[in-house]
Amino acid sequence: MIRIKCPYCGERDHSEFTYGGDASINYPSLDASEAEWTEAIFFRKNIKGFQKETWHHLNGCRMWLEVERSTITHEIKSVKPCHPDLQKLMELKK
Amino acid sequence: MSSKRIDNFGKINRDKIISFNWEKKNYFGYEGDTLASALLANNIKIVGRSFKYHRPRGIMSCGVEESGALVTIGSLEKRDPNVRATSQELYQGLEASGQNAFPNVNFDFGEINNYLSRFFAAGFYYKTFMGVPPFEWGSGTSIWMFFEKIIRKAAGMGKLSRLADPDSYEHAHDFCDILIVGSGPAGIAAAKEAADKKLDVILVEQDSLLGGDQIAEKEFDTNKTLQELKGLGVRIMNRTTAFGLYDNCVIGLIERVTDHIYYDKKDIPRQRFWTIRAKHIIVGSGSLERHIAFNNNDIPGVMTVNAAKHYLNRYGVLTGKDIVIATNNDSVYNTADLLSQAGAKVVILDSRKEVKLDNFNNNIQVKFETVPYSINGSRKIKSIDIADANHQPYSKIDSISCDQVLISGGWSPAVHLLSHRGVKAKWNAENLCFLPGDTKEKITMIGSARGIWNKSDCIKSGIAGALDAMHHMGLSKTNYFFPKEGGWSNPIQPLYEVKYNKSRSKSFVDYQHDVTADDVRLAHREGFISVEHLKRYTTLGMANDQGKMGNIIGLSLMADLLDKDIPEVGTTVFRPPYTPVSIGALAGRNVGKHFRPLRVTPMHQWNLDHGAIMIDVGLYQRPWYFPKNNETLSESYIRETTTVRKSVGVCDVTSLGKIAIQGPDATEFINRVYSNAFAKLPIGKTRYGIMLRDDGIVMDDGTSWRLSENEYLMTTSTAQAGKVMSWLEELLQTRWTDLKVNVTSVSEQWAAAAISGPKSREAIKNCLENPSLIENKNLPFMGFVSANLKDGTPCRIVRISFSGELGYEIYIGSDYANSMMDLIWKEVQNYNGCLYGLEALGALRVEKGHVTGAELDGRVTIEDAGLGKMASTKKSYIGSAMRTRGSLSANKDREQLVGFFPVDKKETFDAGTIVCEKNKIKGSGIGRITSVTHSPELGHWIGIGFVQGGKEKWHNTTLIGSDPVRNKQMEIEVVSPHMIDPEGKRMHA
Repeated sequence: MIRIKCPYCGERDHSEFTYGGDASINYPSLDASEAEWTEAIFFRKNIKGFQKETWHHLNGCRMWLEVERSTITHEIKSVKPCHPDLQKLMELKK
Repeated sequence: MSSKRIDNFGKINRDKIISFNWEKKNYFGYEGDTLASALLANNIKIVGRSFKYHRPRGIMSCGVEESGALVTIGSLEKRDPNVRATSQELYQGLEASGQNAFPNVNFDFGEINNYLSRFFAAGFYYKTFMGVPPFEWGSGTSIWMFFEKIIRKAAGMGKLSRLADPDSYEHAHDFCDILIVGSGPAGIAAAKEAADKKLDVILVEQDSLLGGDQIAEKEFDTNKTLQELKGLGVRIMNRTTAFGLYDNCVIGLIERVTDHIYYDKKDIPRQRFWTIRAKHIIVGSGSLERHIAFNNNDIPGVMTVNAAKHYLNRYGVLTGKDIVIATNNDSVYNTADLLSQAGAKVVILDSRKEVKLDNFNNNIQVKFETVPYSINGSRKIKSIDIADANHQPYSKIDSISCDQVLISGGWSPAVHLLSHRGVKAKWNAENLCFLPGDTKEKITMIGSARGIWNKSDCIKSGIAGALDAMHHMGLSKTNYFFPKEGGWSNPIQPLYEVKYNKSRSKSFVDYQHDVTADDVRLAHREGFISVEHLKRYTTLGMANDQGKMGNIIGLSLMADLLDKDIPEVGTTVFRPPYTPVSIGALAGRNVGKHFRPLRVTPMHQWNLDHGAIMIDVGLYQRPWYFPKNNETLSESYIRETTTVRKSVGVCDVTSLGKIAIQGPDATEFINRVYSNAFAKLPIGKTRYGIMLRDDGIVMDDGTSWRLSENEYLMTTSTAQAGKVMSWLEELLQTRWTDLKVNVTSVSEQWAAAAISGPKSREAIKNCLENPSLIENKNLPFMGFVSANLKDGTPCRIVRISFSGELGYEIYIGSDYANSMMDLIWKEVQNYNGCLYGLEALGALRVEKGHVTGAELDGRVTIEDAGLGKMASTKKSYIGSAMRTRGSLSANKDREQLVGFFPVDKKETFDAGTIVCEKNKIKGSGIGRITSVTHSPELGHWIGIGFVQGGKEKWHNTTLIGSDPVRNKQMEIEVVSPHMIDPEGKRMHA
């Protein structure tokens, strides 16, 4: 069981969350070309080691989080809100 | 073997006699006995039959590694197969029987397999029944499929009751600072050290008593230890097995709450499944004694040496009279002494040249440089042939008559839990065992699980383990070190197999699955040399015991054949569970109606009170149909559908997802999410919208209402409500973080009823304070108003139509749902209206060709669904770049939404029917029927679905509907999906 430290709720079981996807993708603008969108949604790196991914705290505060997790050991290096304003808010809370 | 209870030994309570039943006969034991010790005390030799050859098997160990005494406990629905008699505590009235035998374990017809054993070598079934000689005929899968049924019947050990499990189980969760697995000397030392520092400690022990191997020490007092630990605040969980170790120090435990007593009430669970999150885990899981492979090493009366010590000092049972001990290490000498003191005649065969020991009992005869060669006897041991350890090939040099053979081929640390974490064990050549590998996780191995053999070093390792944990937690700076592994006075000598010089030997490597040394050699000959292949080919290390006793022997034999060292051959990975976990415990309370949560709408009871038959839709229960006078489902929904089309009907539509979208950028947001134009939706209007995924495929559909300048209410389909909500949150929190919008699920806050049919307006008018609000001119199609019901309750009325008739949906605060339904139902009855359920709702929408989840299944584009005109070309939105991507637009023959009629109007069809061309009825055909209904208006069955090329291509052709599941075929024709009122005159009326 992976335990994720939600910045709002505290450390919780991964079963409270749902996995989103690759957090490093910059989605193109809506009017971008088919080629750009194809690159963004179909092509993924298969990282061995730490990767940034999104998790949704579905059965908690419902925040979308950016989690840096090792694909080998499941070790989690960092967790922060995806939304920059929420990031600032969580910093203030500390 | 003649085993018996003796005086002055053991810790059982002889004041309390317990009667139990074995193989339909009554016997007696004492409080504190296990089933195994009680059977031994009653001198019962044969307790099981082996897996493949049906050889008689006795009790071979004293713990969870047992692979001989697998028995069935209880009867009827309480029947529990494959229970290790060595771990089953005795209780008054316990019923047990042997298994894998007919008619019983003492006389078993299956034993014929033992004499046909040369046909049953590893891989026999696959080689024979896949068409290799002598059954060359019909080679291939079909012959295997035929024989498989017979083989499956012969396979397996105990039999399930096939009745529902009457016991209850429970899931529980907990947290602690340090969790310690195992209460041997090391575990107890660690617990004391950690509890001393005021840490929250849980000590887990699979046995009923604390102490581990110390229980077999005369002077050890388990109760005193228990009280001492309790006094320190240690939380003790006995009869609890740590079966699996997971990420972040999460550990899975099974607590056997009532398995040791007779209990048939349901207020206490039989077992408890614990998930415990610790800050640090200390594993003192001990080690397991191995045996040695030699001919007939499985005859009842063969046991591990340490087991004999436990039976003697814990249970007061002397397991033999004339005992031969075969070994290659020091651990047996203390036990030999004890057995001798208890009155047995003991001979030790030690493969080593010499042994130096302090205080050894000189009355015991030790034959050095001697190994066991073959046991004589079949149902019990008569004698053992011995061989010269230095003379290979081995041959018989002498014979010793005896009734028991105890074996110790060395000790294997129980590294299982660490292996669950993916940590590879490393071979230690000095101690001939796999030691736990290194890990960066917060797990510390102590005691003999770390390869430390003597007690004082085990205690030191326990203290070091606790300090190690505290060091990791930042609580201690005390220096600590772990004692070196090993600790015997004389080195152990390799001895895995004493090879028999005659063919067809029965030298068992893995007792449980009847894997012999010859099977390992066969696997090698046939090329299955990797340990993972060896395991799967011979089944070495599989089944209940998971190779706890035999695995290392198998590895050493393979290493020998490959002329490599054991570490080069490697070891298989241990995976959870350490010992079997019952399915019931995994399920916990999530059975029957608690299998998943139940969602009901606020008018659930109202629906039931008005005769609704309910149906499960996802987690929701919704009204299916409202039968009148014993109507069947089809009679009922046809009447309901007809009533809606003729006058008016009411339906609970609360389960739709509802999302409040608020904020200055709400319009921009909703316009990006939906494929059709929303930017100019006026306040007070609602619009049907379609959402695509990033890849251009349809995600969901629904309506959104513009409540004010910056506020919308979005509805979603019942099934996709959760997914759409998460999706909107993802977009706002990860992609469009500049948009000032908030989304809130209000699905539970609003109840909703659809009122449909030509009389709906008149019926609703009478329910309102101000009836003129819903006049056609005030509330046109796709408009909505805020109104008050007659009783003053505020509500929102939206004029939309799923049925194709004039229709409204009224939304009201959930708490007012029942009073609203009372009001509406009273008025609807005045127009001879009805209540209708999901079946009629479906019939009405199929007649109109409206799509739902059955059609929008994640493979369908907006064009496929016939809704291409709803894809705006004037704006960019989610999926707009991809919906016309090459692979989607290049295929001009994609499946299109169409309607289906049977050619013979009396014919029926079912959803799932495959659409094929005549004479080409095969595979996935050219389309599929997704939803069907009888249409009362048309007077025959209709369906909607998809066909390649759409209506254009096939509307003049007769196609075949093929339903291989129901073994049915019918002629069908392709029509427009809009089968009733295609111009939509009715809903605009």
